[in-house]
Amino acid sequence: MVPEIGHFALALALALALVQSVLPIAGASRGNTVWMKSAQATALGQVLFVSIAFAALMQAFIVSDFTVRNVVENSHSLKPMLYKVAGTWGSHEGSLLLWILILAVFGAGVAWFGSNIPAETKARTLSVQAWISVGFLTFLLLTSNPFDRVFPPPLDGNDLNPLLQDMGLAMHPPLLYFGYVGFSIVFSFAVAALLEGRVDPAWARWVRPWTLAAWVSLTAGIALGSWWAYYELGWGGWWFWDPVENVSFMPWLLGTALLHSAIVTEKRDAFKSWTILLAILTFSLSLLGTFIVRSGLLTSVHAFAVDPERGLYILGLLAVSIGGSLALYAWRAPEMEPGGLFRPISREAGLLVNNLILAAATGTVLFGTLYPLILEAVTGDKISVGPPFFNAAFIPMMLALVVFMGLGPFLSWKRADIAGLLDRIRFVAVLAVIAASAAWYLLNGGPIMAYLAILGAAWLLFATLREWALRIRLFEVSLAESARRARNLPRASHGMTLAHAGVAVLMMGMIGSTGWKSEEIVFAAPGTEVTIAGFDITFEGAAKVQGPNYIADRGTLVVRRDGELVTTLFPERRYYPVAESQTTESAIRSTLAGDLYTSIATPASDQVNNAGAWTLRILYEPLVNLIWIGSILLVIGGCLSLSDRRLRVGAPRRAKQPASDAVPAE
Amino acid sequence: MRQLIFAFCIGLFPFAANAVEPDEMLTDPVLEQRARGISKDLRCVVCQNQDIDSSNAGVARDLRLLVRERLVAGDSDTEVIEYIRARYGDYVLLKPPLEPATYALWFAPIAFVLVGVFVGGGVLMSRRKQEPFEDLGSEDENTVSEILRQNEAGDAP
Amino acid sequence: MKRLIAGLPFIAAVIFGGFFLWGLNPERDPNEIPSVLISQPAPAFDLDPVPGLETPGLARSDLVGNERPVVVNVFASWCVPCRAEHAVLTRFVEREGMRLFGINYKDKPEDAVKWLKDLGNPYERIGSDLSGRTGIEWGLSGVPETFIVDGDGTVLFRYVGPVVGPDAVERFTQALKQAGALPNGAAS
Repeated sequence: MVPEIGHFALALALALALVQSVLPIAGASRGNTVWMKSAQATALGQVLFVSIAFAALMQAFIVSDFTVRNVVENSHSLKPMLYKVAGTWGSHEGSLLLWILILAVFGAGVAWFGSNIPAETKARTLSVQAWISVGFLTFLLLTSNPFDRVFPPPLDGNDLNPLLQDMGLAMHPPLLYFGYVGFSIVFSFAVAALLEGRVDPAWARWVRPWTLAAWVSLTAGIALGSWWAYYELGWGGWWFWDPVENVSFMPWLLGTALLHSAIVTEKRDAFKSWTILLAILTFSLSLLGTFIVRSGLLTSVHAFAVDPERGLYILGLLAVSIGGSLALYAWRAPEMEPGGLFRPISREAGLLVNNLILAAATGTVLFGTLYPLILEAVTGDKISVGPPFFNAAFIPMMLALVVFMGLGPFLSWKRADIAGLLDRIRFVAVLAVIAASAAWYLLNGGPIMAYLAILGAAWLLFATLREWALRIRLFEVSLAESARRARNLPRASHGMTLAHAGVAVLMMGMIGSTGWKSEEIVFAAPGTEVTIAGFDITFEGAAKVQGPNYIADRGTLVVRRDGELVTTLFPERRYYPVAESQTTESAIRSTLAGDLYTSIATPASDQVNNAGAWTLRILYEPLVNLIWIGSILLVIGGCLSLSDRRLRVGAPRRAKQPASDAVPAE
Repeated sequence: MRQLIFAFCIGLFPFAANAVEPDEMLTDPVLEQRARGISKDLRCVVCQNQDIDSSNAGVARDLRLLVRERLVAGDSDTEVIEYIRARYGDYVLLKPPLEPATYALWFAPIAFVLVGVFVGGGVLMSRRKQEPFEDLGSEDENTVSEILRQNEAGDAP
Repeated sequence: MKRLIAGLPFIAAVIFGGFFLWGLNPERDPNEIPSVLISQPAPAFDLDPVPGLETPGLARSDLVGNERPVVVNVFASWCVPCRAEHAVLTRFVEREGMRLFGINYKDKPEDAVKWLKDLGNPYERIGSDLSGRTGIEWGLSGVPETFIVDGDGTVLFRYVGPVVGPDAVERFTQALKQAGALPNGAAS
């Protein structure tokens, strides 16, 4: 009964979305307020019905209702409750339902909170959002109904892929989707603006909180996925340039560009058509990601079942949404006037460079990811494009970006004072060079690229801190006065400082764990000792352990330093009989200085195996935790910026003149 | 996610190995270092999108052993890679070789950057040409920029 | 000019879309790995027979100088799909006069002997590839794989995976006929 309610709720949501895709936009062009206002009700109604459907599916998972095919295929009665709940979005159908739920949530968010947005713009935006809803709801109902029944019901389910039975990965899709799909509302705003033919600073202000919210969760989602790969896959890597990773990374890169470009539109009424284009492309890349993950187009290692019919349907959706919006863009964008003027050395120019580098980097990742497909279509040859290509192309661009990231915040709008600028950054540059030289001296040796990266990270960190210190006039005035100034600074400003510093911290983590990682791989019988990075590790043996739905070999490793007990680690190799697969559960001792990372496996060679030995893989990854800490700083920075008072209240009505009016010195 | 495919590998091959193992490793640390480097640039043919160094497929293990054998026999890194490429094709190279079929790939990032420089330069020039204001004296400039800076304090991204 | 630039993203999207559409072609298998051996001479190898089996071993020289192209099948007793394929290959040998050689890939000899005793032995020669090294020479990516080798030692055809099911058998038959690997008139 409950699954039928869920199914029915989806149909109702589709009906509402159909109404919303026509009525408000028609109202906007006819000036019919009632029609425009209807979007309010339909958007909230959609979220209600999709939530009911989602809850119905979740209920089926919680009670292990094996009359529902989706539950049979992705759950098992012995599975821990947490993963039963997470199983709701573990499959293609369930995750698509989550996708649609988030789409509805963002639409409802604009309907609910967007009281400051003019009725026409809001009506058009919500109609565009409903077009996307209609596309995905029909996709779900026609090709991927999550409520399909199975008869006769089997006694038990096939279990969720054990790799997905993990806290990090249970939370990864919701965050990632919140980011992916969050950009949909920005896309809808952009299309609405193109239909209206008007983009101005006020538009940029309405869009900003939604862009930030999406960007923050995408950041968190990617970081979480990376963290999961780090501790779960058993060899301590955190980024592999796999197509599935790349398709989540591209919207992030372009979304970051959008975030910065929208600032210029907001403050200076410039870069308007570029901001619109970024808004369209960012969501297009999100859609592209959904397409690639679910169509089996590229060789990737993702779990979703591949179905050409589904692939074609999503490609159709892509053609309509991306093709349509870009065609609209080609038609309308040339009519937009260019906006404010600025000098080659100014905040605008800095943000322009930032945007161009981010766009070039996105293009590189996109091209590299799709190149095997393109070449195969053109010549029939099959090649691989792997990490060596991406690292070679991407890292230099990021280093260049870091230089401008440090510089940008010092620049003032319209035109910067070069002499003053040099004066302010000289000290920072010297400090960064000293830091990199000190690293060179202390670490003696290591890849040259790593030192360039250290230089970049140090420069970014010091420049960001220095700029913040200048703003609050730290050490120029009394500390109390500085504190007062810090309090008076808008939160968005602190947000920027934190996020930029976060990038510097994140870089440090990447450099440390790539450039100075050490590794020991040994066959270990009980009693074997391994020394790595100053730790003495004794393997005490392995024992069989029974989990709720798995059997594990659990190793015991006693870690000492200078004869003193540091900790005991228990890496596991798990076997899930129902899903017939194995997972590696690494055991990690985390400190800020670095991670001692251990994993255990059965040796390949029978001889070693029969001798009672295990393969131990022990890594020391210096500074690796800075990657996650940096990501957290990025997220906190984004949240701070999001909580800025100016974003929530008093976002301007359409201004007659650009915001530059407010700057008296011009 | 990449490990999902492991199940597939185990189905096809008898040995569920687990990435590079101690008994495969060379005693000469320099050679071993080179072997690891080469292994990271070769793609496992069974487990999609994974290098042979971290793959647990049987064929990956054989290839790792082969790489080491060739190195011990005195091959250079390039020769080892060529040896395997001759048997498995360009497909196994995670770093695509620079050849006519991959010019577009390798030069694309450079092209993107050049386009960026070109576009950026164009925008900067066009915005400056119409510049309506004149330079101030250096003293004024300092005063103004100081005021600006204090004002800007409220305007950060 | 401005219009042209504004139209560029659309054009780029259409081009990418075209590639995607091509990529969705159901006959395209993104996981298929191309073989570099096609139209190339078969690799040099010389394998001992499987101990405990009377069938002689296999070397490259056995594949050269035959009147008709021959078939090389890589199999193992631990490989589940090989069992199903075995019946198909046996039928080709018995009914159509196909000549079949085998490479026993990374198999325990006693398992292989038992396997062939249970299922029958359609192979003229079987080389035992214990180390898997010959498999690498053939660019093997999994078991089973089947090759058609011409009289001059050129590899004409490669089939990855078991030749089982109507589609696979049809493709394989076509390849055999095209290569001329079946005696005249025997093909049905």
